[in-house]
Amino acid sequence: MALNEEIKAGAHPSPDAKPQAGAGAEDATRMGHKKTFGDYAIRYGFLSLLAGMVLFFSLGAEGFMTPYSAVFIFQSVAITGILALGVTFTLVVDGFDLSIGSTATSALMLSAYVMVVLQMGAVVAVIACLVMGALIGLINGLLIVKTKVPDLLATLGMMFLLIGLQRIPTQGRSIATGMKLPDGTVAAGTFSKAFLWLGRHRFDFFISNLIPVSVVILLVVAGLVWLFLERTRHGRLMYAIGSNQRAATLAGVNVNRYKILAYMISGVLASVGGVLLSARLGRGDIASGNNLLLDSVAAALIGFAVLGVAKPNAFGTLVGALFVGILLQGLTMMNAPYYTQDFVKGAVLVIALVFTFVLSDRRGGSKH
Amino acid sequence: MSSVAVEISGLTKAFGTNKVLRGINLLLSKGEVTVLMGANGAGKSTLVKVICGVHRADSGQIRLNGTAFQPQTPQDAIRNGVVTVHQSINDGVIPDLDVASNLMLDEMARPDGGFFLRQRQMRARAREIAASMRLEVDVRQPVSDLGLADRQLVAIARAMAHRPELLILDEPTSSLSATEANRLFTLIDRLRDAGVAILYISHRTSDIRRLADRIVAMRDGEIVGTFAEKPLDYNAAVNAMLGHGMADANLQHIPAGQPILSLVGLKVSAESRPISLTINADEVVAFTGLVGAGKTELASILFGLQAPCGGAMRLLGAPYAPQSPGQAISAGVFMCPKDRATNGVLNDHDLTRNITVPFLSRHAALSFMKGRSERQTAQAIVRDLDIVCQSADDDIGTLSGGNQQKVMVGRWLAEPSNLLILDEPFQGVDIQARRDIGTKIRETAKGRATIVMASEMDEVLEIADRIIVLSDHAVTGDHANKDLDLKQVMAEVAGAGATTPAQNQNSTASGA
Repeated sequence: MALNEEIKAGAHPSPDAKPQAGAGAEDATRMGHKKTFGDYAIRYGFLSLLAGMVLFFSLGAEGFMTPYSAVFIFQSVAITGILALGVTFTLVVDGFDLSIGSTATSALMLSAYVMVVLQMGAVVAVIACLVMGALIGLINGLLIVKTKVPDLLATLGMMFLLIGLQRIPTQGRSIATGMKLPDGTVAAGTFSKAFLWLGRHRFDFFISNLIPVSVVILLVVAGLVWLFLERTRHGRLMYAIGSNQRAATLAGVNVNRYKILAYMISGVLASVGGVLLSARLGRGDIASGNNLLLDSVAAALIGFAVLGVAKPNAFGTLVGALFVGILLQGLTMMNAPYYTQDFVKGAVLVIALVFTFVLSDRRGGSKH
Repeated sequence: MSSVAVEISGLTKAFGTNKVLRGINLLLSKGEVTVLMGANGAGKSTLVKVICGVHRADSGQIRLNGTAFQPQTPQDAIRNGVVTVHQSINDGVIPDLDVASNLMLDEMARPDGGFFLRQRQMRARAREIAASMRLEVDVRQPVSDLGLADRQLVAIARAMAHRPELLILDEPTSSLSATEANRLFTLIDRLRDAGVAILYISHRTSDIRRLADRIVAMRDGEIVGTFAEKPLDYNAAVNAMLGHGMADANLQHIPAGQPILSLVGLKVSAESRPISLTINADEVVAFTGLVGAGKTELASILFGLQAPCGGAMRLLGAPYAPQSPGQAISAGVFMCPKDRATNGVLNDHDLTRNITVPFLSRHAALSFMKGRSERQTAQAIVRDLDIVCQSADDDIGTLSGGNQQKVMVGRWLAEPSNLLILDEPFQGVDIQARRDIGTKIRETAKGRATIVMASEMDEVLEIADRIIVLSDHAVTGDHANKDLDLKQVMAEVAGAGATTPAQNQNSTASGA
């Protein structure tokens, strides 16, 4: 393939190419005109890897290539995927949100508290969670743009704050139907049916009871995020801010507003994840959601490598989340022990990052 | 010739196709302060960086005390006795450490240094250095507690710990007050008497008059003048550094239209003299002056990046006081900032996105981007400005400097404006791109007021209908670019022809 291109480029140097015909191929790549093998490797490498992995597992693990197995994978990545799409926003504006995991568990606890202790309905619980997420994002954003606390530190502080805060109302205990409250009475509320529907209902899709609600929400959110980032003015400006904040300011962009918006979206999406987790578990489990932060950050970072874009993007994040999900499900079905999971996730992340930075650097290097 | 400390001959340096140094020959003698002058992009900082080991020269050589000297790294240069104090004071000190640690920093950084700190010894040695510099500070004090001048002196003292042969000072007074600067000058005098060769880079007239034994002027990567005869001819040095020999502009002067922007007693900084003038439609007005004369500050005020220290602005007759670039842009005031890499270019974005970024709402319906409208605009700009590229989808990083600058200027030509400000639009571009950009600016000038900030006299003469000279944040001259008395302009640039208030009013009257 590469050889072919070389011959073509050598025989017909494009009019703008430099006069030395011998260096034609090199010049052509430099001009970003002809694709070399390296370009294809960067572009489709990760997707090929994903396809290869699916093929490997379907041959190696019995029952891997079934609709149920596929849905199980989707379900396992739905919540981290939604959180990862939130992180993607903060990465786009060249920030970072470490508080998403604890925002999600706070939403989990809040929804349980609203329904079980305060005895209110599903709608109130969901709205309360979303408002809380937006508020957390707003505070993160204000800390970062107004008080100039570096993003990692501001959101790390928020993470610790939330981990502590979510335990205070119940004195550190999980929330479940019929639990004993600090004042000695028994909580009268229950998780409403409508709320549990979010976590447990499955839509019919060719096969009855196939697609869980969380998967539908993931796909809808991913679609909306993609539209927002790729197709709207606001997404474009967010990328501009991420590329050169000063240039964006001088082009008249209200940088602070967009940064705050990015953190608010991240907070809201983290809350959505928390609500879905709560609805799946049916209790406000204080110990759940430990892996949410690392998994979703990994998914968003792996997303850099997808299609060689070398920047945060919605499609990549979704593929990144799927990649980790498929890998873990496949390994489980091939009887790999559970305790190797974190190691595998870490390895995938490191490889993806090398992929992104080494290869895109090489591509960048050939420009000059 | 034992008095020659450093001998530079035939030094060249290019970044890609951009030749920054084109054969520098320079002698620096012991016990002499040589002031190096040059406009932005003349190659001063590159020359300094080659001497102090940051960059490697392409050809030519440096001899230090008669032996060949080719520093591979800044540390290498320091060890050989070539020490540089950089413009930004905090580059020279570490604020959180105490004075002693700062003075001994290079000692600590030596690879053969011990593992543990020997604090008492360090302090004793630091006190020694401080005393030899007559620096009266407690060496246990953190540097962050010191004033700017003391920090600067600590940075220099740190440099002196190496017993340098050559001390390079890059605009050391740029953030010092007059009294603080005086302490620095006393120190420099002492070093000169001790036989150190000093290369002093500055634009400040007062510094140069006070210190210089010799002035060397640089332009376009070459030394264009050496002035050593007393009394030093400062004006001639400015003249040489700005240059105006080759300006052969064939300007079609257009009569100025209606007034667009009026400045009424505008104060750029708290102590500066107020500026009152009017800029009219159709005319291209160049503001010129040395670095720090207030060009960028004035542009920032007009574009809503900073508030004036007094006075008022009127745009098309209405009061104009933008709080942000966004507000300025809505009022039809656009600015193409200087230093495109920092302030303009969106890396990893294609040309289209780089061009349309300020006016995305023009290409969006209900916030959704209209790809075709955007592409058409970008293609029109690419065609109009002769931007050399494969297509408007090229990544901006694949373009040469001149073409990137065309994209930056094109960004603001894509929409009609009331006032277009271009801050150093010819910075770091080759002569062809400069001509192209200049022609385009003049071609499109009809219907708007255009302000170009430029320190190079060539550029000013090439583009302007009217030339306004700034010095010390105030207007010192206002001329039509026709039968210009360049000597007079140069004197004004050097700060000589300070405008009396009466003249100032004249120019307002003639403008309005």
